[in-house]
Amino acid sequence: MSDREKLVSRMKSALAEFWQYKDVFYFLVLRNIKVRYKQTLLGISWAIIQPFMTMVVFTIFFGKFAGIPSDGIPYPLFTYSALVPWTYFAVTLAATGNCLVSNANLLRKVYFPRLALPVSTVLSGLLDLAIASTVLFGMLIYYQVDLSWELCFLPLLVIPLAVLTLGVGMFLAALNVKFRDVRHAIPFLVQLWLFATPIIYPVSIMPERFRPLASLNPMTGLIECFRAILLPDRSIDWSSLLVSCLVALLIFVAGLLYFQKTEAEFADII
Amino acid sequence: MTPIEYAIEIEGLSKRYRLGQSGHKQLLSDVLRAITKRHLGKKEAQAESIWALRDVTLKVRSGEVLGIIGRNGSGKSTLLKVLSRITKATSGKMCINGRVAALLEVGTGFHEELTGRENIFLNGAILGMTRREMIEKIDGIIAFAGVEKFVDTPIKRYSSGMRLRLGFAIAAHLEPAILMVDEVLAVGDAGFQRKCLKAMDDMQSRGKTVLFVSHNLSAIDNLCSRVIWINNGRIEKDGPPDEVIRAYMSSFAAADKQTYDFRTLDRKGNGDARFTHMEFMTRSGAPKDTIFSGDSLIVRLHYKVQEKITQPHFGFKIYTETGDFLTEVSTWGTGFDVGELSPGSGHIDLAIDFLNLMPGHFLVSLWVEGIGPVWYDVLEHCASFDVEASNYYNSGRGIESRFGLIFLPGFWSRDATGTIPRAVVSSPENG
Repeated sequence: MSDREKLVSRMKSALAEFWQYKDVFYFLVLRNIKVRYKQTLLGISWAIIQPFMTMVVFTIFFGKFAGIPSDGIPYPLFTYSALVPWTYFAVTLAATGNCLVSNANLLRKVYFPRLALPVSTVLSGLLDLAIASTVLFGMLIYYQVDLSWELCFLPLLVIPLAVLTLGVGMFLAALNVKFRDVRHAIPFLVQLWLFATPIIYPVSIMPERFRPLASLNPMTGLIECFRAILLPDRSIDWSSLLVSCLVALLIFVAGLLYFQKTEAEFADII
Repeated sequence: MTPIEYAIEIEGLSKRYRLGQSGHKQLLSDVLRAITKRHLGKKEAQAESIWALRDVTLKVRSGEVLGIIGRNGSGKSTLLKVLSRITKATSGKMCINGRVAALLEVGTGFHEELTGRENIFLNGAILGMTRREMIEKIDGIIAFAGVEKFVDTPIKRYSSGMRLRLGFAIAAHLEPAILMVDEVLAVGDAGFQRKCLKAMDDMQSRGKTVLFVSHNLSAIDNLCSRVIWINNGRIEKDGPPDEVIRAYMSSFAAADKQTYDFRTLDRKGNGDARFTHMEFMTRSGAPKDTIFSGDSLIVRLHYKVQEKITQPHFGFKIYTETGDFLTEVSTWGTGFDVGELSPGSGHIDLAIDFLNLMPGHFLVSLWVEGIGPVWYDVLEHCASFDVEASNYYNSGRGIESRFGLIFLPGFWSRDATGTIPRAVVSSPENG
């Protein structure tokens, strides 16, 4: 019991500290957003260019040349509706995984809740997500898709997406402090994860027996849910969404615990 | 309600750092190697560790200004890091009453791409100011730093001096209950340092508790009401400033005077070259036991080189006994080409024509650096020497510590016209 009590009191003091240092979070988010596209020619439009060009490339190679089916939906729309949340996940995960190492000097010289770094990174990525989404709505109109009332769920869906990103990100960031291998492993991990998630292909082309396994990948349920909301003739698979949310939560808790366990020695070994 | 008597109470505080390859396990391969070693029954080399702090017990009253002195690597900075929660103590109890602001560096977290104003907010938040506080104080901060014209320019366009002023301006506007300052004053020009000291003095008069780490012993003496001397991670002495500073200084004097041995001292630098010892010699190469004001002498610096070094530069610095920087003479400054140092031992000589110091006790720091710059070896306050009164003017007077630090050989004349005759004095004896 005392272990649980200890955990509860630790969480409580962490929350109290969160509140005390709320301005640090605020200004770190502001910094990340301001700095990201400073001294770039195209500025914030990079938030659109990245998923959009990926969509074009995927459409040409996978949609046209390889003829990968897309459940009767125009392939560009099919893949872009997944690429928007995916790009957020991939870009933010890489940034979060490196956020401690790239702010090493801050860790060595000042005290503030260490969580402020991954949390602010995950939050500041949301702006890019919002911008990339505007193009998505443009495409929906272009392809004359009827917009359903379920669109209201879309912002809610961002919550498990961000929680998952933060969970994996915290774990990688803390591990990165000790083993710089992580920095090299992240792009590789993201690439593998891309193929394990139905972005290029629909879930329907997967053999039936692999699907339960695939649904353990929390990105599968989330991305499928994004599509179900945006595209016509698809309904939300609640059970798969639930599994994804639970797995995301589990990863988040595990990431948080690992982060909190190791944060005391960040300043010593970074 | 009784006011909080102690701002800081620590008991039996210790901090251990692991050193060496086996300690850090920076790479996965290190872990794998360690695992295979263990399974093969080989013992992993005992991870080397050092105790940066050992069993430190200290109580600081609120409103007290505590100076912390000690040699490099003695644990001063570690103490501040532990107290400000940047790092965790290995063992011991610690109780801190009130908000802490620790200033281990000026302008921590400044971002090159952000403007001065944006950086004020970011840095202020990191140091513990709230947004409202900063909105109230921003004009004061900008004025204090004197960067009004550039406040909306990215700080990558700032000079290092402007950056420093901005960083300190933010720190000076903090309202913590406890302020910890680590050697911030070592940077910046004299005017800036005065400003810093003034700001710290203000903090004190507003009843803040201040912890102040510095090599600048005269600043410590002026500012602090109490001083602790940390040596090898322990509190060696704790008491009034003059008493502790004197004890600290005499620890240098206790060192062997004729050959100063540096081999076991704590130092900075990568170790490609290291000073091993130093000698004072007469011009003819005989050991010099006593140094007089106005002497001509040779300082011989012995070193050991590990890796081949090209074009290094050597420096010799003199400080007063209270740590005020007096002068430096370097091979770079004098345009002397040291050339190439190959592995092994060697020495370099510095000939001083005329030691224009008044009698007193002085400290020496040494450095050797290379192109980059890379620091091979930096020894702060590694040795001390005494200068004795000489009879330079043949008057038996005039050369005493009460006449200042610098011995300015002068000659007086009255109602002279035309060329003023030079002083004709006997050349000082070489002792």
